[in-house]
Amino acid sequence: MPLLEVRNLSTDFITPEGVALRAVDNLSFTLERSETLGLVGESGCGKTTAMLSLLRLLPASGRIAQGQVLFDGEDLLALSPAEFRQRRWRDIAMVFQGAMNALNPVRTVGDQVREAIITHLPWERDKLGQRVGELLELVGIPAWRASQYPHQYSGGMRQRAMIAMALACNPQLVVADEPTTALDVMIQAQILDLIDRLRRDLDLAMIIVTHDLGVVAESCQKVLVMYGGRVAEYGTVDEVFTNPQHPYTQRLLRAFPDIDNPQGELVSIPGAPPRLSDLPTGCRFHPRCTMAVERCRTELPELRQVGPNQWSACHLNETIPLLTNVATRLAGR
Amino acid sequence: MERRDYLIRKISWALFTIVFVATLNFFMFRILPGDPARALVRDPRLSKEVQDAIRARFGLDKPLLINTEGNPFDSQFFLYFAALARGDLGTSYNFNRPVADLLRERLVNTVILVLVGQFLAIALGLFLGLLASWRRGTVLDFGTLIFGLFTWSLPTFWLGIILLIVGSSRLGLPVGGMQTAGGRFTGTAYVLDVMRHMALPTFTFTIIMLGEYMLIMRSSLLEVLNEDYILTAKAKGLTDGQILRQHALRNAMLPVVTLVALNLGFTVAGAVQVETVFSWPGLGSAIYEAVTRRDYPMLQGAFLMIAICVVLANLAVELTYAYLDPRIKTA
Amino acid sequence: MALFASQTSASMVRSGISDFWQRLRRSPIGLVGFFMLLVVVVLAVFAPWLAPYDPYAPVRARIDTIYAPPSWEHPMGTDDGGKDVLSSFIYGARVSLIVGFAASLISIFIGGLIGLVAGYYGGWVGNTLMRFTDTFLVIPDLPLIIVMVALLGPSLWNIILAIGILGWTGAARLVRSQVISIKERQFVTRARAIGASNPHIIFRHILPLALPLILANSTLVISLAILNESTLAFLGLGDPTTISWGSMLHFAFGRGAISAGAWWALVMPGLGIVWVVLGWTLFGYMLEELVNPRLRTHHLMPERKRAE
Repeated sequence: MPLLEVRNLSTDFITPEGVALRAVDNLSFTLERSETLGLVGESGCGKTTAMLSLLRLLPASGRIAQGQVLFDGEDLLALSPAEFRQRRWRDIAMVFQGAMNALNPVRTVGDQVREAIITHLPWERDKLGQRVGELLELVGIPAWRASQYPHQYSGGMRQRAMIAMALACNPQLVVADEPTTALDVMIQAQILDLIDRLRRDLDLAMIIVTHDLGVVAESCQKVLVMYGGRVAEYGTVDEVFTNPQHPYTQRLLRAFPDIDNPQGELVSIPGAPPRLSDLPTGCRFHPRCTMAVERCRTELPELRQVGPNQWSACHLNETIPLLTNVATRLAGR
Repeated sequence: MERRDYLIRKISWALFTIVFVATLNFFMFRILPGDPARALVRDPRLSKEVQDAIRARFGLDKPLLINTEGNPFDSQFFLYFAALARGDLGTSYNFNRPVADLLRERLVNTVILVLVGQFLAIALGLFLGLLASWRRGTVLDFGTLIFGLFTWSLPTFWLGIILLIVGSSRLGLPVGGMQTAGGRFTGTAYVLDVMRHMALPTFTFTIIMLGEYMLIMRSSLLEVLNEDYILTAKAKGLTDGQILRQHALRNAMLPVVTLVALNLGFTVAGAVQVETVFSWPGLGSAIYEAVTRRDYPMLQGAFLMIAICVVLANLAVELTYAYLDPRIKTA
Repeated sequence: MALFASQTSASMVRSGISDFWQRLRRSPIGLVGFFMLLVVVVLAVFAPWLAPYDPYAPVRARIDTIYAPPSWEHPMGTDDGGKDVLSSFIYGARVSLIVGFAASLISIFIGGLIGLVAGYYGGWVGNTLMRFTDTFLVIPDLPLIIVMVALLGPSLWNIILAIGILGWTGAARLVRSQVISIKERQFVTRARAIGASNPHIIFRHILPLALPLILANSTLVISLAILNESTLAFLGLGDPTTISWGSMLHFAFGRGAISAGAWWALVMPGLGIVWVVLGWTLFGYMLEELVNPRLRTHHLMPERKRAE
């Protein structure tokens, strides 16, 4: 049984006028133990909302419209708020984006990590300090810093502290929302290394939400590309990156520099992602897609298996497997 | 180390402000029209010699700032500060006693009233503000909001009058003063008597100040509850109550502490009005009486004393804030 | 390009105004406040036509006309001099509004100017100005106003001046922080790159954007000014030639209304003050919500139920 199975998750935002805007539409994927999924997409595509839905942390205007989140076979969405609260952090922990404000500025870091522990695990008081120190050391922060405040940490350290806090209860799944955004490149590399190491040492399953395909290529086994709240492409990183079948994925890959081909052209995707209140008819991507046909404008494409471990939601997949310059270029690696 | 610098800076600033206020006090009373000597001498037909004699008595014949003949410090300005340093605030026109003595008696009375009133206002206000923001959008929120806005709009003296009417006619509470006239109570009986007299003015004071604390607590808590670290705490699996107590409140209190400092002016204004309406013998009513009787030394002294108290109170609050917020390193 | 930038800020102001009307229609609190203010303004403007008697006309006081309870001839009773309370009440609205507005205008003007200069030029100019503001913030205002009016003499103009001059501190701080955040924005840099002069930048670009927040917080200044005026009048420092609600209360309180049981002379003028200040406060509350949308929801609100 997969550790996590999300089925047809849909989330709406309710405007003050009462209109429901669908931010996540029919999201489905599975995650095995010790597997890492990269959730990719441009800003506003719904990836953060999807993760917040998973942890039932939506803002007041958000509402889960349908779907199931099966964790070890049990539907998390069906639990009462009180029951779910007990599962929090113990089963699934989250590392938030931009850890600048995610830590309380008037309490020490050690205090906040301690809080994560004692909320769920019955540690004895005297052993707690030691445990907090261990967790901090695990992410590369000297234990004596536990008595310091968040503003005394650097940006990278704060992010690492958040990771330490996430691991406090030995969760089976950690969701990291943009763990490397807003950090400079050197620190990014450090954080990624850390995440990799932890994943291997602790046998963690992870979902890394990012817009950086490089991160996905390095650290993830599976990838899920979202666009306009829907799944565009989903599968193992090997298959999807070698042979992307969705035009959006192809464009994304082309927009990233390839170190083996420094002379290669970087092509950005013209246009902007759609607004929730103004979603295009038919395929969400069709206004920006160079290969769009009439059908794309009228009919929403279904998620279709296009490889042994690959699914894509594009009408063009029906007829021919798509080969593009990108595909051949990557195949040459 | 940095905190000590902060402390020193704040204290020196307070001292500077006190000197500034004293200087302002001096100039206002000397430069603004309404010559105290002329005011004292009510009869305009008094001869020039008599007026000069009175002037000399109050030191008003000396030059204002610097004495260009003789000792440069023999001017009203420096003599004024010299007197201040000695604790001499002049002599009351009306009572013919040293102003400092008169005010000292009244200072304690005002402090009691203000402290009790403030404490109650803060405690109640915070509690109601908490309730309101917690259940944002519900009837409770709306109700406390309206109540807060309403009490804030009340003129203090008017509320005092209303409560005076209701309190004395319905509840038999005294209409004014600090003790029953002619009563010679001691010990507990005295304390009880004072408390009976204190009930209405304190109640008025509390209601007036309540609104603002409630509103600030509510908006501050709303801001805090929107912060990311609250979401983190929720994700960690803490109950709403735990989040409130351990994360939200301490952060939300910071603007409240700031408000206490900002409110000091408002507090004084309230004290002046409440003391006047209830004839409570404090600094506030001292100002009122001084104005009515044109007792300028008293007015000047009362103003200075009030201002100094406020500066010191402000300093105390700022130091408290620094203690609560670990982010304070430099100003 | 400067044209483009200034069009942006001007159109932002225009859209801000229409946005404001929309919000007003949707906010019950704001509407109530607005209506309350409207009533007072009507009273003040149309006083001569609305008041049944002229409160400034001398009246011969007889023992039976003093503190007469409400009746058909005098719906709000009479005061200590036998004058109709209702008429005084209606005329009293004028002083409250005039003083409130005039004093606030002075406060906002001075405070705004200082805030603009301090925020825009920064450096030691800004710091000194802020230090100066901070010092004044600490000094308690009512005692200072009392002293000033006592020394200058209680004329309407002096009162307006005293209240106005001592109210600038709040506006200054606010304007300064707004200006600082605005001047970092792109279109200001653009304007400066073209060589626009400083005053031009301040007035065509920064001011239109800072104005909404200044206005939203000016309601506080106005409410305080009105409260201060009534307090001064109550303490006997009001302009003796004009009738204000505060002065009505001063006379009632000082001339035995309480012992005479003349509640109408005490309650009505106070209600007038409360009405006006509350109106401004409610209106200002709505304005504050308009410019600070974070006050509407928060993370710990209860979960929504699933869609059926």
